[in-house]
Amino acid sequence: MKITIRRYHAERTPQTVEQTWEIEEGVTLLEALTAIKSGKDPSLTFRSGCRSGVCGSCAVRVNGKEVLACAYKPKEGDVVEPLRYAKVLKDLVVDQKPAFETLTRAKAWLADPKADQPVSPEEEKRTETQTDCILCHSCYSACPVLETNPAFLGPFALTRVWRYTADPREGFAKSKMEAIQQDGVWDCTLCGECTAVCPQGIDPKNDIMLLRARSGQAGYQDPHMADFGSFGLDF
Amino acid sequence: MDKQVEAHFDVLVIGGGAAGLSAALAAVESGARVAVMGKTYPTRSQTSMAQGGINAALGHMGDGDTVQKHIADTLRSSKTLGSEAAIRRLCEGAPTAIAWLDGLGVPFSRLEDGRIAQRRLGGASGRRACYAQDYTGLKLLHTLYDAALKAGVTFLDEYFLLNFIVENKRALGATAIEMRSGRTVAFGANAVVAATGGYAGLYRGFTTNATTTTGDGTAAALRAGCRLKDLEFVQFHPTALKGSGVLISESARGAGGRLVNGKGESFVDELATRDEIARAIWEQMEAGEEVFLDIRHLGEAFIDEELPQERKLAIFYEGVDPARDLIPVKPVAHYTMGGIAVDGNHMSDVAGLFACGECANAEVHGANRLGGNALLETVVFGREAGANAVVFARQNPASAKGHPQIMKDSAFVRAVFDFPNRIDFYEKRAFLGKIFYHNAGIVRSETGLKGVLSALRQMQSELAFMGVADKSAVYNTNLTEFVEFGNMLELAEALLVCALHRPETRGAHQRAEFTKENPDFDGVHSLSWKEEGTLCNEMKGLK
Repeated sequence: MKITIRRYHAERTPQTVEQTWEIEEGVTLLEALTAIKSGKDPSLTFRSGCRSGVCGSCAVRVNGKEVLACAYKPKEGDVVEPLRYAKVLKDLVVDQKPAFETLTRAKAWLADPKADQPVSPEEEKRTETQTDCILCHSCYSACPVLETNPAFLGPFALTRVWRYTADPREGFAKSKMEAIQQDGVWDCTLCGECTAVCPQGIDPKNDIMLLRARSGQAGYQDPHMADFGSFGLDF
Repeated sequence: MDKQVEAHFDVLVIGGGAAGLSAALAAVESGARVAVMGKTYPTRSQTSMAQGGINAALGHMGDGDTVQKHIADTLRSSKTLGSEAAIRRLCEGAPTAIAWLDGLGVPFSRLEDGRIAQRRLGGASGRRACYAQDYTGLKLLHTLYDAALKAGVTFLDEYFLLNFIVENKRALGATAIEMRSGRTVAFGANAVVAATGGYAGLYRGFTTNATTTTGDGTAAALRAGCRLKDLEFVQFHPTALKGSGVLISESARGAGGRLVNGKGESFVDELATRDEIARAIWEQMEAGEEVFLDIRHLGEAFIDEELPQERKLAIFYEGVDPARDLIPVKPVAHYTMGGIAVDGNHMSDVAGLFACGECANAEVHGANRLGGNALLETVVFGREAGANAVVFARQNPASAKGHPQIMKDSAFVRAVFDFPNRIDFYEKRAFLGKIFYHNAGIVRSETGLKGVLSALRQMQSELAFMGVADKSAVYNTNLTEFVEFGNMLELAEALLVCALHRPETRGAHQRAEFTKENPDFDGVHSLSWKEEGTLCNEMKGLK
């Protein structure tokens, strides 16, 4: 079986090439990449870690859709590319630093913990799926908003803000809304591309809608609506 | 510029798993300038794979669990190689550690009354392990990461550790490859905390661990003049998928799963300890039998409700459906008890170099680790190590400027590019994993160990004929994997020598010729260190 890998190398001409490799059938994409690296071309570059879908290192795009290389079995003719909206460093490795920094910009943490706060099983279950996030950046790469607005906080950071906002241990949930107004919840187009590619079944689109509702309760409003003007008496 | 120190910190933590982040958080809480350096982003650390739980005798499950029982269970399982004082600190610190994690927002599974739920793991006399479904490590790690971002810890992500910078047995920082540029860089620090993980990656192809768990920090500590303790103790998990080494959780046996051989015969008590089951499976395999985990009798509905993850993994990675088929399994390397020898303050033999988590040997697991105690150690001892590092850093300012290690390591990296690369190290790495598994794995014999040792020394002598095919600077994983391989060879040799010097069966160390514990070795620790580049070994306490 053959797959094609789009490779990038800053110091080569041309910088981007497509290479087709013969791979074994039935193995995971990560096993196929590892076999190429250790047997045929040691310069092939990709990230890997746990091999079992939990460390989030090996996300790539196959035929335009984000997958974990360790949790995907290649099909004849597949085209493998690096994730989008991040600078490619080499081959399938992109610079993930700016995307990781969205967590800090969004203040995705428990801001003001309440001591000894009981958490009921229902409260814990409410964000169980959100806390399954492995930070593989698949959703970030799938988000079309980032194509036009690189400053957008993106799906995984906003999901994480919702996780802490919904946590009964958060003593000052209102404060969480401030950090996600600019380039945040209102910039999402609710297209659902993030939800479609998440390997953990997380639905960032829904989390963003919940954050919009909380933002409204906290006195914030959709700036795009404000820009539009008012349907007031002058209309 | 290759020869400069990039930055100086009060405390430089190396490794961003649960131990490193716990250390960093404790250090930053006391106002220190703290950086966490690692070869991956922190959330990709080995910690993410921990499933079972984190032990603490909270005493609210109604089964009378106490700190005293936690101490007793841990001490018993250590088979005389645990220190009662260290175990006491670990177990007494556990409830506070859980409260701390709760305050950071770790999404623990809950009881109806809102308190943290606990479950029973092997070897525990009560329901003691706090958990977050089967994602305990993942959720703990990510919450610690969020907290560290909040606290303003500096992250040096994707810097590959080369060596600790040491002068007169005193740590001054570390050298590393900046992976995005390929530069060799140095970071200075008044105190360094190694939290670099274990070395189960030596058993490549035969381990549950991530491909990155190659013991880099432990090997660097050996080169830096530290003693390593009890390296021969490697815990094997009895039931990994035969093909991929992906773990099938103990819960499959706990729920009534049976272990059978190719003839359909049962051969071991499925609820015995990990070392006993691993050995029983090994003996079947040595006798030419295949071994299977059978959970078909539990029924499809039960499997989908209670073991959905296991079914998914077996179908995807092994191509068998546990509801209908037998699951082929083998025991594989899972956790390494040995590591950098530390004192009661978690400081190694090198002043200012602390160690915590799986890379350290703080004498709490001894010959056999109990489930739920590894995560606990990362948090309790990680925090202690971080706090102690700050105290040390304040009293002992240091500078790594102009230290020869920086030039030495940058010259080494340049030289690797000129290595002839006539021998393929990937082939040797796979070979090492295989011979280690078969001869220095679950059951070890003197002839087997000596055979591996001579093969290993051959590989060491061939190292200069290996090298890299990728000669580029940017993100060169061919280069970093070659350095990892060098680290693996260094630790492999020390492990083999320790295993040869322990002619007995004790916990996870099982010798074919000596099937019982030898009382002469009660409380005897193996020590490995280097003198002028030569490996030395002592069985400390042996009369």
